[in-house]
Amino acid sequence: MNNVLNIVWLIPLLPLFGFVINGAFRNMLSKTISGFIGSATVLASFALSVFVFLQVKNGNSHVVHYFDFIKIETIRVAFEFKIDPLSSLFLLIITGVGFLIHVYSTSYMHEEPANDFAKYFCYLNLFIFSMLLLVMGGNYIIMFIGWEGVGLCSYLLIGYWFKNNDYTNAAKKAFVMNRIGDLGFLLAVFWLISKTGTVSFDEVFSPATLHKLTTTDITGITLLFFVGATGKSAQIPLYTWLPDAMAGPTPVSALIHAATMVTAGIYLIARSSILYSMAPATQAVVAIIGLATAVFAATIALRQNDIKKVLAYSTVSQLGYMFLGLGMGAYTGAVFHVMTHAFFKALLFLGAGSVIHAMGGEQDMRNMGGLKKYMSITHITFLLGCLAIAGIPLFSGFFSKDEILAETFAHNPIYWGIGALTAGMTAFYMFRLYSMTFLGNFRGTEQQQHHLHESPAAITVPLIVLAILSVTGGLVGIPEVFVHGGHRLAEFLAPVFDQTNRYVSSHSTPHELTHQTELVLMGTSVLLAVIGIYFAWSKYSRYERREETTTGLSRVLDNKWYVDEIYDAVIVRPIRSLSVFFNHVIEKRGIDGVVNGVGKTVNYGARQLRWLQSGQVGAYVLLMVIGMLVLFIIQLFL
Amino acid sequence: MLGTYITFPELLILLPLFAGLLCFFTSKKIGARTIAIVSSVLVLAVSFASLLYTDPKFAAYNNVSYIWLKYLGCTYYVGLDATGRVLTLLTALVFPLIFVISNKNEYRHQSSFYGLMLLTQAGLMGVFCAMDALLFYFYWELALIPVYFLCSRWGGERRIQATFKFFVYTFAGSLLMLTGIIYVYLHTGTRLFEDGTISAHSFSMHSFYNATITGADKNWLFWLFFAAFAVKMPIFPLHTWQPDTYDQSPTTVTMVLSGLMVKMGLFGVIRWLIPVFPAASIRYGHIIIILSIIGIIYASCIAIVQDNIKKLVAYSSIAHIGLMCAGLFSLNSIGLQGVLVQMFSHGINIIGMWMIVDQLERKTGIKDMSQMGGVAQKAPALTIFVIIIALANIALPLTNAFVGELMIFSGIWQFNTGYAAVAGLSIILAAVYTLNMIQRVFYGESSERVSVISDINTREKIILSVVVVSIFVFGVYPQPMIDLTREAVTTLRLSVGK
Repeated sequence: MNNVLNIVWLIPLLPLFGFVINGAFRNMLSKTISGFIGSATVLASFALSVFVFLQVKNGNSHVVHYFDFIKIETIRVAFEFKIDPLSSLFLLIITGVGFLIHVYSTSYMHEEPANDFAKYFCYLNLFIFSMLLLVMGGNYIIMFIGWEGVGLCSYLLIGYWFKNNDYTNAAKKAFVMNRIGDLGFLLAVFWLISKTGTVSFDEVFSPATLHKLTTTDITGITLLFFVGATGKSAQIPLYTWLPDAMAGPTPVSALIHAATMVTAGIYLIARSSILYSMAPATQAVVAIIGLATAVFAATIALRQNDIKKVLAYSTVSQLGYMFLGLGMGAYTGAVFHVMTHAFFKALLFLGAGSVIHAMGGEQDMRNMGGLKKYMSITHITFLLGCLAIAGIPLFSGFFSKDEILAETFAHNPIYWGIGALTAGMTAFYMFRLYSMTFLGNFRGTEQQQHHLHESPAAITVPLIVLAILSVTGGLVGIPEVFVHGGHRLAEFLAPVFDQTNRYVSSHSTPHELTHQTELVLMGTSVLLAVIGIYFAWSKYSRYERREETTTGLSRVLDNKWYVDEIYDAVIVRPIRSLSVFFNHVIEKRGIDGVVNGVGKTVNYGARQLRWLQSGQVGAYVLLMVIGMLVLFIIQLFL
Repeated sequence: MLGTYITFPELLILLPLFAGLLCFFTSKKIGARTIAIVSSVLVLAVSFASLLYTDPKFAAYNNVSYIWLKYLGCTYYVGLDATGRVLTLLTALVFPLIFVISNKNEYRHQSSFYGLMLLTQAGLMGVFCAMDALLFYFYWELALIPVYFLCSRWGGERRIQATFKFFVYTFAGSLLMLTGIIYVYLHTGTRLFEDGTISAHSFSMHSFYNATITGADKNWLFWLFFAAFAVKMPIFPLHTWQPDTYDQSPTTVTMVLSGLMVKMGLFGVIRWLIPVFPAASIRYGHIIIILSIIGIIYASCIAIVQDNIKKLVAYSSIAHIGLMCAGLFSLNSIGLQGVLVQMFSHGINIIGMWMIVDQLERKTGIKDMSQMGGVAQKAPALTIFVIIIALANIALPLTNAFVGELMIFSGIWQFNTGYAAVAGLSIILAAVYTLNMIQRVFYGESSERVSVISDINTREKIILSVVVVSIFVFGVYPQPMIDLTREAVTTLRLSVGK
């Protein structure tokens, strides 16, 4: 199977090919064909990714070099791919979940006109291509190509319905927020280049290069990379684009939130784990930001009524967990959570899409209710997704979340406490969502009720597959407490984090938890989750619509802590005012005023001097005499 | 024949020069536009051919010197070096695109319009090939004078005012440079010609590089030259002629101005300013980079609040040129290399932008973005080109500008990390104004003024495709462009003693 590495370039190129075909012939292709091209290319990439996975299963790592992208005397940036367990795992997630989303989209987007349908698949394929480039890139520059590429694709897809101004605003916000992060990424790259002269992973992480970097360098570089990660992975303070990104079609949300894009920040830090472990200050920042985001987003999710918004904030919150894990040095745990989260979040979004589809575009949960009678597959799979994200034992989210929480407890019990409480909140808002949507009585219009139906197979089959993965996906990472050697994922990823782990164990005392403590921790977080579920169920399972007057904290939560408003007042409007000031005052009155002033002065002076040339001989004689007198007087005194 | 009777630089200059003169005397039937297209395609072919003979052993193909004004120590010396090759290639590539995309009977007095355009091309080629200071000045003005006429005769409503401003700015700059050239000339050594003539001083490039000027004189002379180049680029605060001129000139001329003429300023710095005044270039590097960065942020901010789409593009161009100027004065190899690559990329992208703007203005008759909207519905093909070109303009990866800007920023970072961080803000601002523009013009429901718009025709599609292809070719595989210009970086770094 060694030859699979020779064709590894096909993995990103196939979706790119789909993009080109669908883009070029979008006016000619029928929906069936463009949907087929879009999905088949990703499926083929998935098949290749499986081979690649088998290839690196033993911990092999390969760098496949293609050509020199930028080569000058001081630096050489090659077009190269790094294939190792970490990237191959991401390849599987991206192409696997991505493929399911493509299939789902063929049905979900079916009402669109044919050329828009082709355009949609074209963007979707470009998205997959960019994401694949991001995780396969063998150096930071190639990674950055994918990094900005996904930003672009999210812009195109969020603004897919470009006639709606709110949607294009959301798209623009996503791109600009991402670019703020990208600037951090770029500055980190410049820093690396200036200190080490290389951007290639293998070279940067080699002991010789790391030796060249001072603690300040490493802290600075990692912090700047983290700024990039906060943009892409929607962490405080750059998270506000993600909830707005709901403007795009629902499968796009699934793609952005589950398989691609938001996991990029986690991947970046996991890939650079050695740098992060060498910068404890950055680690602390990552952990705090992650934890704060987890709690903060969870509080907002508690009171949202838009089904997609709840899921969006839950993504932000779950990503916060992953960063908490990264900050604690639990790289495997974070990557594990990326994987399980990809399964259940894709499931939840696609399930929500199925609901929205059945409701004729309605997204407000207050107008739903009782849907379990009408859509049994969507209902069951959605319930499984909720159980997985809530961290109920044996479901996938349980294993990954508890791995992060256990590691957190070992470092800082207070963080653990906050994290566990957030888990309880997660369970609450997810089951609030579930109850409001599927339980109780239907609260929509007659017409909607008449229209209610289970979605077609192209939608339900991906849901079933994802539900199976959400339930069983955690079994690759069973902790030592239950099964000795049960954490297959940790074994698989061990070679990637080997260097980091060796560094950490030689520089700090290991924090080992006893099995007993671990069990107590698990029990506590499960208990909190169950309490959350119980509250949600008792309060919302017979939810009836009524006018609520919100006051105090709930009002603040309804308005998402007013963060958008604050950003607008503190950043957006001042920049605009400054620009207007530049344009009207400095540019027009200042600089142009001076330039025109010079012109006017010359004009004015010339007009005044003109009077001297009056053409009358008498006047000239008079002037001549005056002039001679002046000269004479000057002579006299000097 | 090549090298014996004629050389590449001569061909590049003389072809458009004679074609231009010919245009003035053509009747309507033959069509000046046809002559212009044919001659510009020939020039492009010559330019491509010259790329095959870059090796030093072909020096005879690329350099030629005739005795001219020998008692003044001046020769007609033209040659192609690495910098010259890139910029002549850009010039050769841009003109045919401009000619083809311009409509057949768009301009009244066709013969003089195309004649002047071709003279401009000849002047530009001369600037990029001249290896003699007086000759350089001669071509510098030759390139400008036709542009004044083009703007003032074929421009928009406020063309006279705009051209006047343009003229005053650039002419003031040119005169300062001329003063500088004469001063340096008087401090060059004697020159012996082959026929035994001896002139007291010399205008040749190498004499200028080795002129014996005292330290104090060098400092103010540096600013005389820089003023001329700074106006041309333009650098804050000497930029206010540009938005007005771009707005009022006919779009074909604006393309020449923004794609090529601004490069004259950068080229002047590379060929003349830095090598003649290396010490002063290092000493004043900080001031110039700070000015450039102020200009980058300032122009980007103004672009955000522009309603006039032409001025938006103009201000974005000011920001991008400012970045190149900053990269140039970082004087490290990665920064310089970035500038040389970026000069070419920027030329391509900005011309693409103007083509789009021209389509919009021609089809809707408006430049005010607040009256536009919804073009994407009516002209999907145009929209695709816009998105690609606009994103290339803000340096998205895999487009040509990414490579250049990455290296430039990296160069500035190595010069001073703080400067790079501030300049980096333009990455965000650029996204803001570009996406604002796309949103206001192309997205949303189509407005009344826009509802009449038709999509672009095949000819326009082909031309825009050429732009897009070169965006991606140099974005995915920039190494040939880097190799082509490497020599220039080495030479420059040697001249500043690094």
